[in-house]
Amino acid sequence: MSALLDGALILAFLEAGVRLGIPLALAALGETISERSGVLNIGLEGAIIAGALGAALGALDTGSPGLGVLLGGLAGAGVAMVFAVFVVGLNTDQIIAGTAVTLGGLGFTAAVYQARFGATGTALTLPTLDPLPLPGLSAIPVLGPVFFRQAPTAYLAYLLAPLLAWFLFRTTAGLRLRAVGEAPDAAAAAGIRVRAVRFWATVAGGALAGLAGAHLSLAYAGTFAEGMSAGRGFIAIAVVVLGRWSPVRVLAAALFFGAASALQFFLQNLGWDLGYQLFLAVPYILTLAALGGWVGRAKAPEALALPWPSRRSGA
Amino acid sequence: MTRSRAWVAGGLALAATLAAAAGSLALGGFDPWRALSALVTGSLGSPTAVLSITLVRAVPLMLTGLAVALAFRAGIWNIGAEGQLYAGAVAGVAVALSAPEGMSAWLIVPSTLLVGGVAGAAWAAVPAVLRLRAGVGEVITTILMNFVAIHLAAWMVHGPLQEARGVFPQTDRIPDVARLPVMVPGSRLHLGFGLAVLLALGLWVWQRFTASGFRVRAVGASPGAARVAGRIDEGRVLLRVFLASGAIAGLAGVVQVTGVTFALYEDFSPDWGYTAIAVALLAGLHPVGVLISGALFGALEGGAGAMQREAGVPAGWVQAVEALAILSILAVNRFMARRDR
Repeated sequence: MSALLDGALILAFLEAGVRLGIPLALAALGETISERSGVLNIGLEGAIIAGALGAALGALDTGSPGLGVLLGGLAGAGVAMVFAVFVVGLNTDQIIAGTAVTLGGLGFTAAVYQARFGATGTALTLPTLDPLPLPGLSAIPVLGPVFFRQAPTAYLAYLLAPLLAWFLFRTTAGLRLRAVGEAPDAAAAAGIRVRAVRFWATVAGGALAGLAGAHLSLAYAGTFAEGMSAGRGFIAIAVVVLGRWSPVRVLAAALFFGAASALQFFLQNLGWDLGYQLFLAVPYILTLAALGGWVGRAKAPEALALPWPSRRSGA
Repeated sequence: MTRSRAWVAGGLALAATLAAAAGSLALGGFDPWRALSALVTGSLGSPTAVLSITLVRAVPLMLTGLAVALAFRAGIWNIGAEGQLYAGAVAGVAVALSAPEGMSAWLIVPSTLLVGGVAGAAWAAVPAVLRLRAGVGEVITTILMNFVAIHLAAWMVHGPLQEARGVFPQTDRIPDVARLPVMVPGSRLHLGFGLAVLLALGLWVWQRFTASGFRVRAVGASPGAARVAGRIDEGRVLLRVFLASGAIAGLAGVVQVTGVTFALYEDFSPDWGYTAIAVALLAGLHPVGVLISGALFGALEGGAGAMQREAGVPAGWVQAVEALAILSILAVNRFMARRDR
């Protein structure tokens, strides 16, 4: 019981929660952009893992973690572009194409990694993206160590959420993007280029997912491992639903699920050794409960996951 | 799509996949010809390769492919075959391990399969109920259930179901009586293959010739029209198909445990439940077609080992090719639909 009151332990738990929540937040903010334009990108997981590998190779080859992050973002954008060519360009089914992009992203990154470092190779040591305590802010009790001694990618997520909210709800370009996601026919009639908006919204979303991957390999793990995205793309998509497609709430939901994932370390420290595999399942169960319990009927963009121009034939 | 057109689409998609696969090999600095011939020899080069490698690998793909094809036919996005397969495997191995000494194989094998199927259906029931009662789309929920299943299975083989010595993260090997009999003497091809073939034929006859099969196709083609014009209880059809799809995927898991591995271990499935989507789509969602596309993907996975040994192609490449196959099918279908206008 005394351990429960241990402030340092709780601080460490919250800090880990934020650190785990940041990749979810970046990916979910990206998904918010594409879903607001009507594109459900199930291929997010593929963009994250591509971002993780891109960032790892970029940091390794240039020696600069900053350039690595940039490359991670580009890799994520590239994967999303493949997805967009199919679902926007060819107007194929979004769910099937997204699943394929995820499978392909996981497969290709594994193949590239194995080809370059061998199938069993020792863990890669990368130039890492170190925590950057913000002067002043990091000295605030509790909030400082939890929020403001994180990697620079975390600050990007904090800034991005309100910026994105402003963009979506206060600018003409944001209004157009939302119009495309709610009523593509009306938007097209008003002269908006529906497919161009959807294409670039999807690519922008993928770039953020790539940054999420970069955070995973450079700031969180300090290495790359096959399949290290570990389903975060799918949790991020659920986080968008939980945050009701509104960027600031999406950030909050992502941090909440980061904390849920950090619970395993916390409870282990308290001596609850039920097997860590069980705790790994907790964030997914919580997400399911949240979807079924209080947010299931939250209103998605009207035209989400619907092909445009609409068509009759199947996949 | 008519049958001949489905064949044309399938053929074109295969050709496109092959071209993309060869291209990606060349890009990666491998010799495409050498790699692909190693793939073909390794998977189809001898009767042993066909029976004990390709078809054995195909069985879980055929079964999960049937599960996905059935769900997609009814308009259910069951991306959860992976989790349902794990549920079936865990439940099946638990039953097989707890079989009392001296029990007849005639009793234990069917009950193991039954329990595996029921477990798969139970795993599918969660997203089914969430869709029908709470209005939550099944795409995300089935995927989330996959992760829950994978972690629970990992916990099982580290905890309650771990082997007696407690060293490796796997279960004990199941007793001989609980194992599926071999179909072709001298090979590793087990009864699960026969089961997949029978199930495919049964599903085809049911969908094609019975009223309830027609209702499934009607709901999948246009839920609103089925409800209004055909007085079809859409929710009931969806629930039943969702559970049946989960049961078939669960069967895939228990068949793999009792027919091939004889034990459950961590990361048991190399993403069969996701590859199943490619299998089902390449078959145009036709149950008998799933047998053919399942065998094709079985050959791809079966030949991957030879390709790695002889041409140095990394194993992850096979998964990438499966993704290329799905994208090729999508593209071919779109181009064929466009030409019709």
